[in-house]
Amino acid sequence: MASSNSEKFKTDGSVAGNVMEWVDARFPLTKMWKEHLSEYYAPKNFNFWYFFGSLALLVLVSQIVTGIFLTMHYKPDAALNGAGVPVAFASVEYIMRDVPWGWLIRYMHSTGASAFFIVVYLHMFRGMLYGSYRKPRELIWIFGVLIYLCLMAEAFAGYLLPWGQMSYWGAQVILNLFSAIPFIGNDLTLWIRGDFVIGDATLNRFFSLHVIAVPFALAGLVVAHVIALHEVGSNNPDGIEIKKQKDANGIPLDGIPFHPYYTVKDIVGIVVFLMLFAVILFFMPEGGGYFIEFNNFFPADPLVTPPHIAPVWYFTPFYSILRANTVNFLWIDAKLWGVIFMGLGVMVFFFLPWLDRSPVKSIRYRGPLYKGALAVFVVAFLILGYLGMLSPTPARTIVSQICTVIYFAFFFLMPIYTKLDKCQPEPDRVTFK
Amino acid sequence: MSCDEKVDCGRRRLIVATATVGGVAGVAAAVPFLASLAPSERAKSAGAPVEVDISKLAPGQMMTVEWRGKPVWVIRRTKEMLDGLRKVDDKVADPKSERNMQPEYAKNENRSIKPEVLVAVGICTHLGCSPSEKFKTGAESGIDADWPGGFLCPCHGSTFDLAGRVYKNKPAPDNLEIPPHKYLSDARIIIGVDSKGA
Repeated sequence: MASSNSEKFKTDGSVAGNVMEWVDARFPLTKMWKEHLSEYYAPKNFNFWYFFGSLALLVLVSQIVTGIFLTMHYKPDAALNGAGVPVAFASVEYIMRDVPWGWLIRYMHSTGASAFFIVVYLHMFRGMLYGSYRKPRELIWIFGVLIYLCLMAEAFAGYLLPWGQMSYWGAQVILNLFSAIPFIGNDLTLWIRGDFVIGDATLNRFFSLHVIAVPFALAGLVVAHVIALHEVGSNNPDGIEIKKQKDANGIPLDGIPFHPYYTVKDIVGIVVFLMLFAVILFFMPEGGGYFIEFNNFFPADPLVTPPHIAPVWYFTPFYSILRANTVNFLWIDAKLWGVIFMGLGVMVFFFLPWLDRSPVKSIRYRGPLYKGALAVFVVAFLILGYLGMLSPTPARTIVSQICTVIYFAFFFLMPIYTKLDKCQPEPDRVTFK
Repeated sequence: MSCDEKVDCGRRRLIVATATVGGVAGVAAAVPFLASLAPSERAKSAGAPVEVDISKLAPGQMMTVEWRGKPVWVIRRTKEMLDGLRKVDDKVADPKSERNMQPEYAKNENRSIKPEVLVAVGICTHLGCSPSEKFKTGAESGIDADWPGGFLCPCHGSTFDLAGRVYKNKPAPDNLEIPPHKYLSDARIIIGVDSKGA
């Protein structure tokens, strides 16, 4: 048996071969290439929904690169400049107007944030369609939910940096949520803000979190997500384990090497994504007020709240859940219930692998109960997201309360309806549909 | 931890003791980092009192000044506005200002030192937005037909009367805060200090 990498990956005598042998004796380059790309066997029946993992990676890289260049011009400073405009706000306008190509880099970053959430929501929905969170992929899912939490923190911190009206008042509302926590709430809010009001201290620490701390954690979690995935192997639209059917060499019969098969497939997805991204970027970079809200083109004014404030679209489902809590119940007031349910609305995703008791993974073989439940859940989620962008009226509040109940019922009744469901038998081998 | 004959129990205890002491030191090292996020000495010492000239404030008018980074409203209320306060006593959550949202000298039916002049922090007690003035009465206000004038928070719809008292069954739990303030003369108020020097 070959005991070292250089013995396993022997040179063919060419110069390139000699270089690779030298490297492989010192670093597992060929080994890693094989494990993660050329000999990572993925199921051959991946469909449309399997584009979004690699797209998320692409957007992450784009956000990091554009972020690095934005940091070279941006100034996290809430003090007013000679013209009476906050320095941070002015530096973003400077990037947009005076830095060569600055507008492009900034719009790539701000539009990229929304693109990231679109891609990640679709990626998560794929997991729910095909049961990708089920055993043995629970940790992949948990790393994924942690990535989602980091993304939310990253987006929230990033939105403060332009120091516009929505930056300021959005942060004001969200940070004040912590004050609802009994006993320690007010001190905790003060500690997070670093001042008695949102100000320079808050802006600087959010800049630090946005640029260093959270991206660092995010990168680590992405590595963990991929390592866990490559350890157990990818799920597929049939939700069956391809490792159960192997050929004489121990290679799954329904598996194909990730490279070149899926690298090529993903390039197609990337090209289509970049076309759509470019259309948004060049023709509607503010996304009609959904990607950058119009009020954020006014500098932060601590004395005047804009007449309508709402979070950016990717937070609005949870914001609706927050606002749907209007009743003081038990000894807890409505404000704290709102915070509890909003937090629970995100955290509940962690428990999905254990809430689902279905004998099959994929939606293809599930019965009508789960299909119906998932459809109703998606509709409720979208309605919550829509209502979260609007100002509340009594009728809208009732609709959001109904949707909040549906949202949680989907998760907490899951152990019951997935067990009662009439599932079809899974096939032995993957199928194409 | 079990300790059988194959393990040198003395050394194992030493490892546990060393790890424990090291762990305590590691946790203790987090303290300065976490403490550094608290408001700095400069932030604590900022927030000097502000002086306001109210001589030009006409009855029914409102002005906003900045104190400790927050909007503070000064409103010279008319006789009708003050009379209107009595009519909503049963609609507001804390009509007698019993909760501790004002200094003692503003704990009265008008929540002010002089009946007509209200000084209040214009920050909603729900999640910190600044309510907008809705002084127009009735249907014209866009709120409801018997609206007596007051404030509406744009974020989550809390309403306040012209003494900063919150209406019942709204998200905001408390009345608007009345800051410490005192009169230097009839025309000048100082916000941030009172006779107690607070």
